[in-house]
Amino acid sequence: MSSAGDAALEWRAPSGRLRRIPLVRLGFALAGVFCASLALAQSGDLRRSGYQEMGPALQKMQDDDTANPAMLFVQVGAAAWAAKAGAAGKSCADCHGDAAVSMKGVAARYPAVAPAPAGPVDLEGRINLCRTVHQQAPALVAESDDLLALSAFVTLQSRGLPIAPPDDPALAALRAQGRDLYERRQGQLNLSCANCHDDNAGHRLAGAVIPQGHPTGYPIYRLEWQALGSIARRLRNCVVGMRAEPWQPGATEYLALEAYLMDRARGMALDGPGVRP
Amino acid sequence: MANVLVNAPKTAKKGDTIEIKALIMHPMETGFRPGTNGRIIPRNIVEDFTVTWNGREIFRMRMSPAIAANPFVSFFTVASESGTVVLRWSGDEGFVAEHRVAIAVT
Ligand code: HEC
Ligand code: HEC
Repeated sequence: MSSAGDAALEWRAPSGRLRRIPLVRLGFALAGVFCASLALAQSGDLRRSGYQEMGPALQKMQDDDTANPAMLFVQVGAAAWAAKAGAAGKSCADCHGDAAVSMKGVAARYPAVAPAPAGPVDLEGRINLCRTVHQQAPALVAESDDLLALSAFVTLQSRGLPIAPPDDPALAALRAQGRDLYERRQGQLNLSCANCHDDNAGHRLAGAVIPQGHPTGYPIYRLEWQALGSIARRLRNCVVGMRAEPWQPGATEYLALEAYLMDRARGMALDGPGVRP
Repeated sequence: MANVLVNAPKTAKKGDTIEIKALIMHPMETGFRPGTNGRIIPRNIVEDFTVTWNGREIFRMRMSPAIAANPFVSFFTVASESGTVVLRWSGDEGFVAEHRVAIAVT
């Protein structure tokens, strides 16, 4: 704590949201009481993934690699990993070797900062940098099966590992922007993401359980889409659901939300490529 | 080459009931949806899924446009003799896919 004026209590709400209360507002006499309850709140991590929120039938579908439709895309991604592409005539494997070794843990730390001039990118963005810079091939179209198949294949190599966003200071501003977007009310329904995913998580919205909104399983095979989709597609769905105007495809807002959500899910197990209703 | 995932036991005891699960990548385009140009996208579905065990048919399913993309089918059969199980999907636009699994019955 730098000075009494700055001092604050910070803790994670059950949903993983960071709460902050300045000590000056509480008065130092109360601080002891709060410290005690803080310890209690921290003893149990109440964060739940979308996977934990699903019924047993869908969990079984995700867990069985011959029933999880995302695994069809993983097979496509594995073939693309080994196929030479672009003017450089190189495959991903030519540079990265065995993905089980070189890509282990990679998906768990994206979005991350790529070498200049690229800056912060998500996993799909990073793969496209390798396409354009290293393979000298055209970027794969956002949300295309080709790109999602590669990201599903790379993500599989991190299955079960804890989400571990990097401490890179260049990501701090992006996360702050994401958090602001997450907490700000928007759209005709005047809702914020937090209204559903923090305040009403576990309740139902029509037939659907509102999950806490942790991005543990991306890219996901969503049964409603009958397709594999990225976190950006999922976010766009929620923005449309709020009757807000969705940002342009590829806009920083999606990346910012993704960076914030991954930080909010820090330490949770990555379960992608997952199945969601 | 079609993209399929099949889950069948490699071995079984004679008389055992075994489960065979099959997943195939296919758009199952209904023929009722307009595309971005406003025109109806032509129907493109798997129409027939047939499974044989040493040439003898053990399972057949007729599919319809109401079945979701990437259809997943699971069924049970009785292990009678060692041999090859052939799973065959066929449908619109000349679509044919075949997958074979060997099962040893003791
Ligand atoms: C009106 C309530 C509501 C609002 C507001 C809302 N969402 Fe959602 N969100 C949902 C529901 C319901 C689902 C699950 C849908 C399903 O599985 O069928 C969901 C799913 C998600 C998921 C996927 C979680 C998983 O397990 O894969 C993420 C991430 C997410 N939302 C983030 C956001 C963000 C970011 C915002 C703000 C831009 C937002 N949501 C606004 C209701 C909401
Ligand atoms: C010519 C060599 C080369 C090829 C081909 C290549 N990459 Fe890369 N890749 C790199 C280098 C070098 C880096 C480190 C970052 C940088 O310098 O751009 C990297 C970084 C990555 C990362 C981030 C790793 C991390 O630890 O953060 C991913 C993911 C990745 N590559 C995926 C792919 C995929 C998928 C393909 C095929 C489509 C591919 N790469 C093709 C050289 C290559």
